[in-house]
Amino acid sequence: MIISVASGKGGTGKTTVSINLAASLKRPLKLLDCDVEEPNVHLFIKPGELVSRTESTFVPVIDETRCNGCRKCAELCEFNALAVIGEKVLVFPELCHSCEGCQMICPEQAVKDGHRELGTIETGTWNHITLSYGRLRVGEAMSPPLISRVQSIIEPADLVIIDAPPGTSCPAIKAMKVSDFVLLVTEPTPFGLHDLVLTVEAVKKLSIPCGLVINRADIGNEDVYRYARKEGLPILMEIPFSRTIAEIYSQGGLLVDQSPEWRIRFCRLFDSIAETAVLGEVSQ
Amino acid sequence: MKELVVISGKGGTGKTSLTAAFAALAENHLLCDTDVDAADLHLLLAPRIVETHNFIGGSKAAIIAEDCSGCGLCTELCRFAAISDDFVVDPSECEGCGVCRAFCPEEAVDFQPRKCGEWFSSTTRFGPLVHARLGIGEENSGKLVSLIRKQAQFLAEQSGLELIVTDGPPGIGCPVIASITGATALLIVVEPTISGLHDMQRVAELARHFKIPAMVCINKYDLNEEMSSVIELETERRKLMTVGRIPFDPAFIRAMVKGETIIEYDPSAQLVETVSSIWNRIRSSELMTKKEARILPIMK
Repeated sequence: MIISVASGKGGTGKTTVSINLAASLKRPLKLLDCDVEEPNVHLFIKPGELVSRTESTFVPVIDETRCNGCRKCAELCEFNALAVIGEKVLVFPELCHSCEGCQMICPEQAVKDGHRELGTIETGTWNHITLSYGRLRVGEAMSPPLISRVQSIIEPADLVIIDAPPGTSCPAIKAMKVSDFVLLVTEPTPFGLHDLVLTVEAVKKLSIPCGLVINRADIGNEDVYRYARKEGLPILMEIPFSRTIAEIYSQGGLLVDQSPEWRIRFCRLFDSIAETAVLGEVSQ
Repeated sequence: MKELVVISGKGGTGKTSLTAAFAALAENHLLCDTDVDAADLHLLLAPRIVETHNFIGGSKAAIIAEDCSGCGLCTELCRFAAISDDFVVDPSECEGCGVCRAFCPEEAVDFQPRKCGEWFSSTTRFGPLVHARLGIGEENSGKLVSLIRKQAQFLAEQSGLELIVTDGPPGIGCPVIASITGATALLIVVEPTISGLHDMQRVAELARHFKIPAMVCINKYDLNEEMSSVIELETERRKLMTVGRIPFDPAFIRAMVKGETIIEYDPSAQLVETVSSIWNRIRSSELMTKKEARILPIMK
């Protein structure tokens, strides 16, 4: 089963929920941090040793001895990554989406394989958890390709928890799309609700069953609860606001290490996810 | 004309609440919200929309079943595995590269630019606001960000406004890069957590990469004072200016629930004084006042 932990708004507690859920379960699982722009899971779940792998993607390199300046590549490129000035082809590698169309269309075989670094993938183990996370290269604009590479270690029988990036655009969709269940973490504030509504719409489009965790449940107002009732979204867990929780998080600590009570609560959360996911499958 | 862009790396550090407070304090300015896939600034500023425009993003492929011969060339050439074995394009996987259309021998691929969202020109009680809504799950957020920043610059110039205050998105990827390119200066809002520090370092690195000067403000500093000091040391090491510390204060949430900025919520509060002095420090900083401090025109 693949569970992704998502939210529209940033800073609602996705990472808190992912790491504590993963740590509370006493069986082998893969924890994937797909917030490759700002990965944080490794600050809490710290494998002794990490294996780092650099990931890159295709960009064109023009062999000037073969290029005759016919412009076919530049005309095909939807992303303005190629331009022809006079008879010379200029490449803007940072705009390239790696479709390889320029290479396919070039009649002179003048487009060679180059590469642009996307970032790195770090993998390690910590107790029962295999942690893998992407680190987007600073300056790289496109995160979805690296997210896909992080997800490539998933095997059919795995139990997987994915920490998704915030927002509702392509990176968030990429992270959630592979999952069997989306756990939405929100806070009961106007910003939290507004962004939750957008994320629920996105999850509906993907037809994946979902449930809510309401973090800092005692701040803000009742509107998130009203919305959840109206939409029939199950509230699977509530976490109160407390300075102690905020302090534990700020130092890189786990709630489940603080008291057995938290461990029990996160195990229960997992059970209700499993139940809801199965019900969701039946109803579809 | 100058543009201050508020960013944070990590989400939820208080960018929007702070931008809204600056909106209430600033003069002769225009506002812009470039967090186009989860925009929240309008919840505090209650804009009256004056103009709505469609945002036409990239194209997506669709295979016209009656013209398709089933040769399979498109599935073979698609590098995004977006075309199924029975020749249906999954729009969420389609990158919009047009390779399938270019090579289809039957010309059976429809490839049209689509509406991917909307952008708005509005008025608020704190001046004009340019904002947008990206369609759910859509791509090209960077393109939409560049478009609305360009509109904001155009509008500010037309109305003789001197300053654009922009509420940016979280992260360091495409919409953030589009939000900061050419800006006069950035304000990085950090929270004193291990993630806040980590994410601030990455976003500060991004600012350095694109050679955009940045200032740092610590929000909720008293949730971990030791971490706040670590962040200040890091800020100093990077030769960035710290413009102030803001305490954790439930008034931010209470004001948000009322749809107000913290400046309006309780004008006599100590918090208002703290935020006002931060704003004054930003406004009078060398980064924002020196002659050469201006926005570079946005390309495209």
